Amino acid sequence: MDQEPVILALCCHYCAYAAADMAGSMRLQYPSSVRILRFPCTGKIEVNYVLSAFERGIDGVMVAGCLEGGCHYLEGNLRARRRMERAKQLLDEIGIGSGRLEMFNLSSAEGPRFAEIATQMHNRIVKLGLSPLRRARSEVLSGVAVMAQASAAAIAGETK
Amino acid sequence: MAAGTTILDAARAMGIAIPTLCHYRGMSPYGACRVCLVEIDTPRGPRLVASCSHPVEEATTVRTATPAVLASRRTVLQLLLAQAPDSQELREFARELGVEGTPLEAKPEGKCILCGLCVRVCNDLMKRGAINMFGRGAARQVRPAFGEQTDQCQTCGACVAVCPTGAIDLAKITARRPRQHLTSYDQYLRPRPSIDLAHPQAAPRVPAIDRDNCVHFKTGQCGLCEKVCQAGAIDYDQQAKTVDLDVGAVVLTPGFQAFDATRRMEFGYKLLPNVVTNVQFERLLSASGPTAGHIRRPSDDKAPKRLAFIQCVGSRDPKLGRPYCSSVCCMAATKEAIMAKDHEPDTDVTIFYMDLRAFGKDFERYYNRAKQLGVKYVRCRPSAVQEVRPANTLSIAYLDEDNRSHQSEFDMVVLSLGLSPSATLQEQAQRLDVMLNDWGFACTDELHPMDTSRPGVFVGGAFQEPKDIPDTVMQASAAAARAMSLLVKARGTAIRTKTYPPQRDVTDEPPRIGVFICHCGSNIASVVDVEEVVRRTRQLPHVALAEHNVYTCADDTQDIIKDRIGQCRLNRVIVASCTPRTHEAIFRDTLRDAGLNPYLLEMANIRDQCSWVHSTRPQAATDKAADLVAMAVGRAAQLIPLSEQTSPVNKAAMVIGGGIAGMTAALAMADQGFPVHLVERAAELGGIAPQVYRTLDGMNVPAFVAQTVDRVLKHPKIKQYLQSTVTKVDGHVGDFTSAIATNDGKLEVKHGVVVVATGAVELKPTSFGYGQSDRVMTQLELSSKIGRGEMKLPQNATVVMVQCVEQRTDERPYCSRVCCTTAVRNALLIKQQCPDARVVVLYRDMRTYGFRELAYQQARQGGVLFVRFDADAPPTFELDSGGVIDMTVRDSILQQDLAMKPDLLVLAAPIVGQEDRQAISSLLRVPINADGFFLEAHVKLRPVDFASEGLFLCGTAHAPKFISESISQANAVAARAASILSREVMPVSAQIACVDPEKCVSCMTCVHVCPYLAPIVGEENKAQIQPTVCMGCGSCTSECPAKAITLRHYVDTQILGAIERLLGEIDESTKAPAPAKLAAPSEGASLEQVGIAKPRWTKG
Repeated sequence: MDQEPVILALCCHYCAYAAADMAGSMRLQYPSSVRILRFPCTGKIEVNYVLSAFERGIDGVMVAGCLEGGCHYLEGNLRARRRMERAKQLLDEIGIGSGRLEMFNLSSAEGPRFAEIATQMHNRIVKLGLSPLRRARSEVLSGVAVMAQASAAAIAGETK
Repeated sequence: MAAGTTILDAARAMGIAIPTLCHYRGMSPYGACRVCLVEIDTPRGPRLVASCSHPVEEATTVRTATPAVLASRRTVLQLLLAQAPDSQELREFARELGVEGTPLEAKPEGKCILCGLCVRVCNDLMKRGAINMFGRGAARQVRPAFGEQTDQCQTCGACVAVCPTGAIDLAKITARRPRQHLTSYDQYLRPRPSIDLAHPQAAPRVPAIDRDNCVHFKTGQCGLCEKVCQAGAIDYDQQAKTVDLDVGAVVLTPGFQAFDATRRMEFGYKLLPNVVTNVQFERLLSASGPTAGHIRRPSDDKAPKRLAFIQCVGSRDPKLGRPYCSSVCCMAATKEAIMAKDHEPDTDVTIFYMDLRAFGKDFERYYNRAKQLGVKYVRCRPSAVQEVRPANTLSIAYLDEDNRSHQSEFDMVVLSLGLSPSATLQEQAQRLDVMLNDWGFACTDELHPMDTSRPGVFVGGAFQEPKDIPDTVMQASAAAARAMSLLVKARGTAIRTKTYPPQRDVTDEPPRIGVFICHCGSNIASVVDVEEVVRRTRQLPHVALAEHNVYTCADDTQDIIKDRIGQCRLNRVIVASCTPRTHEAIFRDTLRDAGLNPYLLEMANIRDQCSWVHSTRPQAATDKAADLVAMAVGRAAQLIPLSEQTSPVNKAAMVIGGGIAGMTAALAMADQGFPVHLVERAAELGGIAPQVYRTLDGMNVPAFVAQTVDRVLKHPKIKQYLQSTVTKVDGHVGDFTSAIATNDGKLEVKHGVVVVATGAVELKPTSFGYGQSDRVMTQLELSSKIGRGEMKLPQNATVVMVQCVEQRTDERPYCSRVCCTTAVRNALLIKQQCPDARVVVLYRDMRTYGFRELAYQQARQGGVLFVRFDADAPPTFELDSGGVIDMTVRDSILQQDLAMKPDLLVLAAPIVGQEDRQAISSLLRVPINADGFFLEAHVKLRPVDFASEGLFLCGTAHAPKFISESISQANAVAARAASILSREVMPVSAQIACVDPEKCVSCMTCVHVCPYLAPIVGEENKAQIQPTVCMGCGSCTSECPAKAITLRHYVDTQILGAIERLLGEIDESTKAPAPAKLAAPSEGASLEQVGIAKPRWTKG
């Protein structure tokens, strides 16, 4: 893959985000493709957000919440897992592939685990390659660019 | 810039990265490696200089990335690679800068680039001079004098730490033996520096210097940390201070320490490498531990396949002077066994134990689960552990339950250490004049479990008796309640309130975002090119200002932020720095100080989640930081001001249940000055407790109950409702309205909290002829009989007690916790009153945890017979027509049947939930567990709270427990309730869900989803969220099929706004300049120097 993948990590405030902070304070190194977005709970993470991210061309989405049974809001992470299972089915159906989405559970004390899952997700996405939507988008955009250049040249030619 | 500042320092202060190899912050610059070359203009034209040693001058132009600089740097790196071909560190460094390999002829071997940093550290900083540069030209090398190991070396390891290429081998330098610095942190399993955090989650998160091992404190030299710390936080002169505090009560919570395992030398701790303590094993299991959560044998770092736990090391051991049970180790070992199997499912785990004490709530189920997972439990106390060479495996000889001897080998042995009281407090306790028991724990009695011998001094946690987390949390809250009862008059007198200016109304303003990007000293700026991030951020829509600061959280920078908010009429602020988990509150406060709503702040975490974790890849880190800031901009543009409402608090409490727990809770709250409505179903207060007669330590329970009832009846703040039931509870935390049905009709009370203390009952058994013969009774009935003096036994009577009757079975898979101790106490009482009686206790596991173990030992010594039977071979029972009972039981030790004809048969019947628990459960909408007890919010951390705010539970309604534990839990409830009742108003979070009634289709999904029961069916059958009940998790918003619910501060536009800013770069790189853009200059070009755009809109 010539371009770096971009992976969106949707993390709950209480566990996954805290674990990511701890990975930082332990100076653990993991791939820079992961961009973290914070939520109060994975219970707030809707399928819509995941699909929007893929629509935008993001190559992979990881959802990370508290350990099962350890959710700060009791059962938000269990509901999130069910929704993500559904999202995976959708991704398979529309051809993006369920492999680009994964849900993880970890506790706030598991900095190394965060680094591990980020690396794992990165490697998986590298293997899968850039998202077909991102590839398609850049093709369309470069097509637009060619057309734009052509029209710019045309305009320039006319004004000469 | 100060005179003499080097180009490198100046550049880094501005957030411009220059690569270095031999530069070390705090050390004088030397310019040896030449990697940091930059180009400067001189009168004679451009010139390359080493930026680490060249001072900045007035009006010098410095270029850090010209072709000449890059070409020279490439050559320098190629030369260095040829000089040190074996250095992995150097190869990686060169690769980062785009140099792979060297075309030059490399030396045959070597890692040293002769930069001399180690020599300077040893000579200049440590003043040791153990190593030096010797030889000239190609023969030049770093070594000790004469190439011999020297005792000039103090084995501090500084040379190893600073060497950029990993070239130093300390063993070749020092004549001493380098010793790893192992401390109790990570349990001596991993070395650590002399300056470090206490542990990764330490609070406060401030590192401390280990004075016993720091070179500076030992020799007066070094002092590097002081030079390195840009915040100037190092102070070597700090001294321990004695602070005088004026207090009304003292709570002792010094905790415990583990038994010193070397006292049981036969188990080989510290002699055999693969024998570890359970505390060490916990570190091995921990993801942040020395092995990153992988279980590894210390001898060879291999995963152990066969694991053994030895229980009761330093517990239940009178010979060591430690006769008590440590209460927690059985379950701790069970948990560790399950976790070990989670990590490596084919691990073979054996636990050697005496009695498996799974006495707590849901413990028995957990124990059963471990057995199902294949954890082997062997009832035997091994006498020794022997090592088998050469593989360092460990051999344990033991007898199984059929008395056959075995010899098994294990890869690793874990010793379950007993709990000792904190050693540091022993002396202090004497100074505090607090009485300690024989083993150094605080003396308390069973009816006053938080009160030490000195009035006003209370105790919580394992310093009173070994106990697990929920019991510790309960007792600590209880100690707080006891302290608060003394501090009623002082409550609230030390509170200071801060005032803020009125908030500016920004609703009609288009977003004007100010972005403040933090260097965090060099934490961020040394990796992330902050100038570049600022430059890219300025291109983003709605960004009115972007700038960078050395420390954004510093007071003066916060003043700058406040000024900028005013000057530039910012209405959204982004701080790109560290984690919002620690700093969001600080910056929200800054916004409030500047008259902005605090919810208009957004943070981008470019330190913990960027510069720290991508420190070797500056370019990638810069790209990511720019993306994170862009996401924050996308979200910030959509933020709206939110207001935090308050809800008034009714300072009364309602307690349901007038037993010992309910009365204690009522008194503890009333003593703090809160009115209490105490509702009891029966005609009088007291519950079951009066039947108990005596506690194990001989306290008179009926007298205590009578006293408590008397205090309740006379207390001016408590109103009792006898023969009454609660029929309705409406409202929410701080503001409940309940209906109580009394004999005199219905009435309504208002209150702020509800306490459930409805208790439990002893089940009437259906086995062992109960109810068919007056010789058969339960333990509680026996207690009551003894108490009334009605127990009559014939001469030389035989009393048989059967434990675990109709419990710990498939039907009722839990342990009632109190029965073993009750049997021991009753056996002792019988022996005391009828010394000629023969008392036989038939048991499965004696669960006399904590100091109760002493009574068990006393009973054994006093001639009470304890006979163990297996669950699958229970005692047989026959009752003949003459009323004679015939019993036989298989003694598992003697392997023989014992026949008995008891004159008295006492059954340990299970404790079960009250019949009306379902009614209470639906009244308050609180859950009940599978065993019929009320379910708390969190079994470990919130043992007295229900998940819904303002509802609490205590006593046996929660789980079977002793009177002392009920008293402790009831006081804990009072402390938790006071955290609500002591307020005038409850703050209502602004981050809550709300329903759009237009979209709501009344499907009730939200009502089913919410674990806190916040949604209710309101007007026109539309869902409505109770703001005071909503915790703000957003689960309902995700599940609502009509998308009628939104979570404030996390609405879709805000979240999608952030996501939509990702991959913006692709657009820029692939997009050709559109014709329209050619005509008009881009907006970015008109930005002023400081990045302040002219206001596009001003109000008035």
